[in-house]
Amino acid sequence: MSPLALPRLLARFGFRRGRAGFRPRVRGVEIRDLVRALRQFQVRLVICAGLVLFAFLLLLMRFFYLQVVRHQDYLAQAEDNRISVLPVAPNRGLILDRNGTVLAHNYSAFTLEITPKETPDLEALVDALAEVIDIQPKDRARFRKLLDERHDLDSVPIRTRLSDEEVARFSANRYRFPGAAIDARLFRHYPNGELASHVIGHIGRLGERDKARLEKEGVAQNYSSADYLGKAGLEAFYERDLHGVTGYEHVETDAAGRAVRTLRRQLPVSGNNLQLALDLKIQEVAERAFGTRRGALVAIEPATGGVLALVSRPGFDPNLFVEGIDLSSWDALNNDTAKPLNNRALSGVYPPGSTFKPFMALAGLELGKRSPRYTIADPGYFVLPGSAHRFRDWKQGGHGMVDLHRSIVISCDTYYYGLAMDLGIDNLHRFIGQFGFGKTTGIDIAGESGGLLPSQAWKQKRFGQKWFLGDTISVGIGQGYNLATPVQLAFATAILANSGVVYRPHLVRSVESSQSGERRWIEAQPFGTFPIRPENLVRVRDAMVDVNKPGGTAAQAFAGASYAVAGKTGTAQVIGMKQNEKYDESRVAEQYRDHALYIAYAPADNPKIALAILVENGGHGGSAAAPIARAVFDYVVLGKESKPPKPGDPATPEEAAGD
Amino acid sequence: MIERLLAWLGRHFDPFLLAGVAGLLAVGLVVLYSASGESLSRLGAQVMNIVVALAVMWAAANIAPQQLLRMAVPVYVAGLVLLVAVALFGDISNGARRWLNIGVTRIQPSEIMKIGVPLMLAWYFDRYEAILNFRNFAVGALVLAVPVLLIAAQPDLGTALLVAAAGFFVLFLAGLSWKIIVGMAVVGGAALPGLWAVMHDYQRRRVLTLLDPMQDPTGAGYHTIQASIAIGSGGVFGKGWLNGTQARLDFVPERTTDFIFAVFSEEFGLFGNLLLLALLLVVIGRGLYIAANASTLFARLMAGAITLTFFTYAFVNMGMVSGILPVVGVPLPLISYGGTSAVTILFGLGILMSIHTHKRLVQT
Repeated sequence: MSPLALPRLLARFGFRRGRAGFRPRVRGVEIRDLVRALRQFQVRLVICAGLVLFAFLLLLMRFFYLQVVRHQDYLAQAEDNRISVLPVAPNRGLILDRNGTVLAHNYSAFTLEITPKETPDLEALVDALAEVIDIQPKDRARFRKLLDERHDLDSVPIRTRLSDEEVARFSANRYRFPGAAIDARLFRHYPNGELASHVIGHIGRLGERDKARLEKEGVAQNYSSADYLGKAGLEAFYERDLHGVTGYEHVETDAAGRAVRTLRRQLPVSGNNLQLALDLKIQEVAERAFGTRRGALVAIEPATGGVLALVSRPGFDPNLFVEGIDLSSWDALNNDTAKPLNNRALSGVYPPGSTFKPFMALAGLELGKRSPRYTIADPGYFVLPGSAHRFRDWKQGGHGMVDLHRSIVISCDTYYYGLAMDLGIDNLHRFIGQFGFGKTTGIDIAGESGGLLPSQAWKQKRFGQKWFLGDTISVGIGQGYNLATPVQLAFATAILANSGVVYRPHLVRSVESSQSGERRWIEAQPFGTFPIRPENLVRVRDAMVDVNKPGGTAAQAFAGASYAVAGKTGTAQVIGMKQNEKYDESRVAEQYRDHALYIAYAPADNPKIALAILVENGGHGGSAAAPIARAVFDYVVLGKESKPPKPGDPATPEEAAGD
Repeated sequence: MIERLLAWLGRHFDPFLLAGVAGLLAVGLVVLYSASGESLSRLGAQVMNIVVALAVMWAAANIAPQQLLRMAVPVYVAGLVLLVAVALFGDISNGARRWLNIGVTRIQPSEIMKIGVPLMLAWYFDRYEAILNFRNFAVGALVLAVPVLLIAAQPDLGTALLVAAAGFFVLFLAGLSWKIIVGMAVVGGAALPGLWAVMHDYQRRRVLTLLDPMQDPTGAGYHTIQASIAIGSGGVFGKGWLNGTQARLDFVPERTTDFIFAVFSEEFGLFGNLLLLALLLVVIGRGLYIAANASTLFARLMAGAITLTFFTYAFVNMGMVSGILPVVGVPLPLISYGGTSAVTILFGLGILMSIHTHKRLVQT
């Protein structure tokens, strides 16, 4: 305030008074008042100036706090805002058979996707889209299911595999569909459809439960971009190899989430490729041989343990699962009484029936309970000493004089009833357990059952009951508590073919690194061997060879074969028979008919392949299962593809009609 | 000839105010270019706004305070009538009735009252200068309260607060008793719960958001959080012109208007903020100086009110953007994009110049 201001103001007062027309009542008081008023004004102006400075100081402190004290924090938040890390899905590894035939691969296709967040009325948008692009009710149903399942998803596919024409039509009308976009994605494809479906398995949509599991395994981050993973078969078992490593893209995005530019890229690493021991041609021959029948086949290369074919019929089309299976297909598969989703080869347990007999015979020889010359006179039944119960042979009236060789060739039950009694259940359990019965084989696919090879301890534990001698008798012919899976039977047959050297069965032969191209071999390390006297092996093998020769139970199936096959037929009862009741196939409903079984290896002197076949409710092993083996062996040994057998082939001469 | 014309044109300009204004306008254009995503058309529009506003300032500077004095009552009354008209016939936009369609264009009468209220009060106190007593302050309070309440009811809390502040500054500078000020503060504090009860939901949310922005990070708190991130991430030296990611990637809302300070602060940092505060202080300091040296009570009150209102704009805006005040729609004077606020503010600064230069003319 300038010193001149006061006199100036005082001078102005007179002028002011004149103009305003106010006549002060007491002049002196007024002047004092106005001087005081001016002072007051100036004081208050100073107060205001102080207020201004104080307020600006406050702001400055705030700026200091934000820009200096918390700068790093806010800078990080700004970067967080700006940079989105987008996961980039790796390509899934391929699955190839032993000859390089593709069993599972990926292809790129256009999908139509909807971002629900950008769409106010989903139904209206889908209706509008349906005018340009073919959208079926099942597409809508699946879309709705995906919406319900995953709330965190940015975009949800409504149609996959768009044709070029559909892509063009959409693009031309794109402005009409805010929130919808076309995206190129990789899809899993199984070019062979049902063929080997139970081996390959399938991938499926990554669900909440899968996520929780991945979280627990600590690999959830690697799945940040994935919306599917292996759910069954090799796709599930080798998930870690097949999946690969997720890559990341650091993208600058604006507030609306639109990508502005890519800042940094870390490429994904493709999954490793699986090369199988399985030969798709053998698989195909085997599956064709089954026709429409239910059942399973497992073929193993004895020298390595490599699985040459693994069949479970009926199969399914794994392609149905790739984009999330639609409800009607799912219901159809689930409600099918033939249970196409059950992997019978691994998880189906069946009484091994007479296919158990070669192992019993070997046990008798090895443990000294039988000599090759030991002969019984078979009356057609077996009676335990001191009991009236008759364990019947499958052939009424019996087989007459039967030694070890003949017991296998004609599949004499009475012979093995007695042998089982003489061996005792625990000896039997211990010796035959070496062939893998009663425990999982460790094949590289999930869902395997262990089967059951009973023992005293097992019965005590399971039922809290003592073992009775009578329990032992039917175990001798592969019935009773005896249960095995087709893969176990094949495994046991392979051990037999391999003279007691055990190779773990495995489907995958090598895993090829997508990065280095290096192969990791999952190979023939014999993980066990047990000594069997060669002469005993030869005796059993010779008998098994004669099974497929005239007079044997599988003679008809191998009529005219130019190579020697060592095999054994089997028939597993589905329903128990009362004493003196006669089983009559024609009078029994199909699902109660006997299962047909057959185990074999060929060529007998230099086995290339060992297999086990089960035909559910197929009747006799010789007539229903052995012809399938013939077709497979003809292909493997001779390279010949035979015609599929007719399922209703009339049953055969006496010898072959048997067990 | 040209020199004389320039002299005539510039004879009512105050060089200090003009320098401060020019500095702020320049900063504003620089930031706007970045905030608008390097939009030259936005920049051009703002240049036009500024040209108009400068012309208004020139005109205001050339109106003698005595003439202004005579305009006080008509302007106030007209503003009041328009406010009532808005309440009755106004257009609704964004849920508030603020605009009045007068055929040719839409006007916002509350903007008039930013000048109209202090003008009226200054006129009133000037008129009763000699016998100023409690009754005059009561009348003054009424003159202030009616338009403020009308504006608050629109609802437009930000403008109501600014008008109330402008009026209060006049009352305060005219010598409102400390007892009343303290009394009102106490009563006001006690009445806060009542005020809370009559507040609109969105107004309550803004207050709650100020207390804890993270309470609603995607909704009401979003503005505050993103602005704080912008300012904080700028650091001491800023990210550099055209390099502010928060602003340029759309994270800062309203980034050319109410939140332009966040853009400036992100790109120019603490040093930029200091420069901005300094420029604002030049204008405010000069305004207070002019008020202190004004020759009539009317001029003193007007000059003080205009200056302090200008300060209030700046403080409320920067306070809200930096998260120490609730979000109210107040632009940063001379920086934010927009014609109306530029015109109102430069009109006020023109009056300041007029007060200063006319006094000088009278003396010499």
